[in-house]
Amino acid sequence: MSRSDPSKSKRLAMIASQGTLDWAYPPFILGSTAVAMGWEVGIYFTFYGLTLLKRKIAAAVTPLGNPAMPMKMPFGPAGFQDIVWPIPTAVMSVPGFGALATTLMKKTFKNKNVATVEELRDICVAGGARLIACEMTIDVFGFKREDFIDGVEFGGAAAFLEYAGDADISLFT
Amino acid sequence: MSAQTKPQTHVDLKGLLCPMPVVRISQAIKQIPVGATIEAVASDPGVVADIPAWARSTGHELVTMEKLSDKEFRFVVKRLK
Repeated sequence: MSRSDPSKSKRLAMIASQGTLDWAYPPFILGSTAVAMGWEVGIYFTFYGLTLLKRKIAAAVTPLGNPAMPMKMPFGPAGFQDIVWPIPTAVMSVPGFGALATTLMKKTFKNKNVATVEELRDICVAGGARLIACEMTIDVFGFKREDFIDGVEFGGAAAFLEYAGDADISLFT
Repeated sequence: MSAQTKPQTHVDLKGLLCPMPVVRISQAIKQIPVGATIEAVASDPGVVADIPAWARSTGHELVTMEKLSDKEFRFVVKRLK
């Protein structure tokens, strides 16, 4: 923690490969913070992470396959909100449960005044972060370039590796 | 604190959670001249680690850091570049 050297600008290179609400946060939290610290930031969006480049981010989340996710209610008395509800897997797979879980997590974030994913992404863009979309995944999953926010760059693995090769920190999220 | 070092700019970071206190103070410090100081008060205990780390990384001087209460942390940062 004591090795910060403000005379040397750092570069942060990240891969964002997941498109769920929980995984949408880490690259944009780290990216916006790095921008605030005066670092150069590049994020490479591939596979489901590409959905985070859409103008309106529709990221959802479900406890199904996320067994450590605490299921709590973002309303009611304090004692009630502290309860971690044991949700049987069969209930998690009921249609609509994922939408409910997403609503609850968004409500919890809003109650706690956590910035939205779009807000954090805007801060990254305003701070000069490069957002690079994976060409191959765009073709495979049939994404449309016009669905993405302005300023997105397009490239492949070699483009990212060249950028990451000169990075001080590289993360896969 | 002498008259010269009394912060003229105040930024309210209360209610903000990571990463917003660092984002907001980094935006605010760009609005003051080099050599001037800024005062910030935050409520998220995470700032005790994060704002000093931000100051070290950006090369600004953390003049003061004090805990006013469990939910109030006050910082004075001097813009150095």
